[in-house]
Amino acid sequence: MNFRYLPMTDQDEKEMLRTIGVTSTEDLFSDIPEEIRLTRELNLKPPYNETKLMTELTHLANTNATTKTHTSFLGAGVYDHYIPSVVDHVISRSEFYTAYTPYQPEISQGELQAIFEFQTMICQLTAMDIANSSMYDGATALAEAMTISTAQTKRKKVLVSKTIHPESLEVMYTYAKGHNIEITEIPEKNGITDLDQVASLLDDSVASVIVQYPNFFGQIEPLAKVNEMINDSKTMLIVSSNPLSLGMLTPPGDLGADFVVGDTQVFGIPAQYGGPHCGYFATKKKWMRKVPGRLVGQTVDEDGKRGFVLTLQAREQHIRREKATSNICSNQALNALASSVAMSALGRKGLKEMAYQNMQKAQFAKRSFQNENIPVRFEEPMFNEFVIQLNQPVTNINKQLLKKGIIGGFDLGVIDKTYENCMLVAVTEMRTKKEIEDFVKGVGEANDNR
Amino acid sequence: MTTDNYPLVFELSKAGRVGYSLPELDVEETDLESIIGSTYLRKEAPSLPEISELQLIRHYTNLSKRNYGVDSGFYPLGSCTMKYNPKMNEDVARLEGLSHIHPYQDVETVQGALAIMYDLQTSLEEITGMHRFTLQTAAGAHGEWTGLMMIRAFHEKNGDYQRTKVIIPDSAHGTNPASAAVAGFDPVTVQTNEQGLVDLDDLRRVVGKDTAALMLTNPNTLGLFEKEIVEIAGIVHDAGGKLYYDGANLNAIMGYTRPGDMGFDVVHLNLHKTFTGPHGGGGPGSGPVGVSEEMEKFLPKPILMKQEDMFVFEHNRPDSIGRVKPYFGNFGINIRAYTYIRTMGAEGLKKASTYAVLNANYLMRRLQATFALPYPQHCKHEFVLSGKKQKKLGVRTLDIAKRLLDYGYHPPTIYFPLNVAEAMMIEPTETETKETLDAFIDALLAINQEAIDQPDLVQEAPYATVVKRMDETLAARKPIVKYAFHS
Repeated sequence: MNFRYLPMTDQDEKEMLRTIGVTSTEDLFSDIPEEIRLTRELNLKPPYNETKLMTELTHLANTNATTKTHTSFLGAGVYDHYIPSVVDHVISRSEFYTAYTPYQPEISQGELQAIFEFQTMICQLTAMDIANSSMYDGATALAEAMTISTAQTKRKKVLVSKTIHPESLEVMYTYAKGHNIEITEIPEKNGITDLDQVASLLDDSVASVIVQYPNFFGQIEPLAKVNEMINDSKTMLIVSSNPLSLGMLTPPGDLGADFVVGDTQVFGIPAQYGGPHCGYFATKKKWMRKVPGRLVGQTVDEDGKRGFVLTLQAREQHIRREKATSNICSNQALNALASSVAMSALGRKGLKEMAYQNMQKAQFAKRSFQNENIPVRFEEPMFNEFVIQLNQPVTNINKQLLKKGIIGGFDLGVIDKTYENCMLVAVTEMRTKKEIEDFVKGVGEANDNR
Repeated sequence: MTTDNYPLVFELSKAGRVGYSLPELDVEETDLESIIGSTYLRKEAPSLPEISELQLIRHYTNLSKRNYGVDSGFYPLGSCTMKYNPKMNEDVARLEGLSHIHPYQDVETVQGALAIMYDLQTSLEEITGMHRFTLQTAAGAHGEWTGLMMIRAFHEKNGDYQRTKVIIPDSAHGTNPASAAVAGFDPVTVQTNEQGLVDLDDLRRVVGKDTAALMLTNPNTLGLFEKEIVEIAGIVHDAGGKLYYDGANLNAIMGYTRPGDMGFDVVHLNLHKTFTGPHGGGGPGSGPVGVSEEMEKFLPKPILMKQEDMFVFEHNRPDSIGRVKPYFGNFGINIRAYTYIRTMGAEGLKKASTYAVLNANYLMRRLQATFALPYPQHCKHEFVLSGKKQKKLGVRTLDIAKRLLDYGYHPPTIYFPLNVAEAMMIEPTETETKETLDAFIDALLAINQEAIDQPDLVQEAPYATVVKRMDETLAARKPIVKYAFHS
């Protein structure tokens, strides 16, 4: 059988074997010992032609409910946002997506400059000095920041708010194990970090305090207060932040953060079942040489022309090996490009407007629930998510909503019994007033219908 | 000093231009200041560019023209498997039913997606001979760390807390020792022998009661098959250690042999290499991890299961190392790899390996008279040359690489692996034609002749690129890592 990705012809093969000086391709594999040879064909599905395979996969894809076929109020870290058409057109330029990491700057100026622009945009959003070229996602970026805080302070203890994304917390526990880091959880109170607990847990053994802003429940953490409580000059403040919210909210860099991380999925990256998304990592200048992963710097070529290169590579695994600041190699470059394009399209004005719409539409939804006598659990200021208290399991409600073409909010009961019957509702700029009203009505009906 | 700097997107910005069209704000507005309070309301908007849609498209199109991908030309970058990225894969990954699904949707509403994930896992298990796979890991290095954390959990479960060392060949990729360190292990080096293979005597010397694992690629980083792998596995297993397979070089052996059959306990694959997920200019990748039956209980949670006719996630995994990534991995990349596997089947995958190896050997034999070949046996999918003969002429491997840019090629990986002087690591992949290989050979031979006749021509290359050699020292000494706005 012929394969369209394999251009070898019988004649090519014959000529090449002759040049090599062997009679068959089998001779090239003679160094694989008999005892570990696979003596049968791999047991895989037979090769499909393009049309047949596309038909099968399209059918499979069409069996899924999507945020296009349904109206979604599901967020919890992954959001349905406006993706300008330009984004996919740019990242479909194969000079970008079929390239490797830009180790040859002379033929990689496009990618390098795009990353430099991405780094600049992240610095603008977060009000930090430097940002790297991307991380796998927000959760692993947070784990990396935690690791740096312990390495730099030579302390093993970190305080992590229970209001961060529960899966970020899980990922941090796994990373903490590798580095023997001790995580102490700060309880939640009224939907935000319990500040009294912060005060009592803080001492000079703490490497960092880690919070999310806005937090997992959508509430705006009182970052300024947390920062004020950190008296020890070595203890760092690490903030995970939805970068869209920073179109409206005071950036963590202005509120004392040492590290700001998060996920740029909100800018131009579809949910695609949770990945790939794109972590960002920003910090102060003094930690520049501790940053994980790739960093693009501006320089000049031999003629003095401005250009860009991967820089400060002595931090990285391919130079420093086990002494590297992180093991990260592949990152999320193409998705960083997608986010850059989305941020460029939105621009100064659009980013603020989009964040504003999220806040206004979420506020409207929150009021609508209150008007329906469905209690809103936390009363702290919020960005685009909030928690409603229902009188039955969220799964029941969501099943009813699904029949109406609505994907309901996140079931908080799965993370902790104390949140049983609580739904985390996300309202983005994509939702219309009518959709919000139908949703509120649908939840109300399902909730009463015991 | 020239002034024709290519503009940054910020330099195109002019207040008042927009490149977006947001949905309308159709709800009654609230006074946010009264709700949020002034401390938390941003005073000054971030300086993002204000440009029109056409300006944006031209900017990024021009940037793309200043970049080089597999679709632009030959990209024989060793250890990176820069094979063709099928366009169909891109189309499948963009199907609305796969790209616009949320990871927290009820599993009943995403059975189509889960069916693909499950079938991909099963296929990877068959291709590698491993018992069980997780797709949660984001990239190769992430897979390495995850696998090592599982090995650590295995030893700790047995009370073997003294197993703190991970043995790594001196030719290994830098992520291996870095991942070992992130998993809390101390890396120990095992030497490469004169044949370019793991030195068994040295291995016997370094293994012991403190050995947690040996990390190995096979074929190794020199492109050579570790033919004594069964004995290597015996040495490590007899000492109580585990064998970790870095799947970076799987492209050489599909359908010929499997890591599971070689004795490996934990395996990661780079779906963005062997299985055509595009490299994206540095990511996103996908690095699934497969394990033997004995190691299954340590897999990251949750794991995807089939219960009767339903695909579900099982979270109750008491021995799991925990979660290594939110949600379920880089699904979009996994879709591309799956589409590739379904296109190729067993026959196509084996042929891919056959031709990858044939292409590499052909290139190697045609170049060996001109460039020093430190290891003369048949290679697998890649091989390493040394530029030491050319260095005597005053032309370094770096210069050769830069001169290749003028000939329209992406250079090989250079100065890696570290145990070969002036290394050039060449991996043609199976998707290139003989004509392309011949033209590339001609270019390298021509550059060699240039090195003899006029070395300065090579030393000062490139000439045809949009910028010349960059001042990397300046970049590192006075780092500028973001645009300086003039306010």
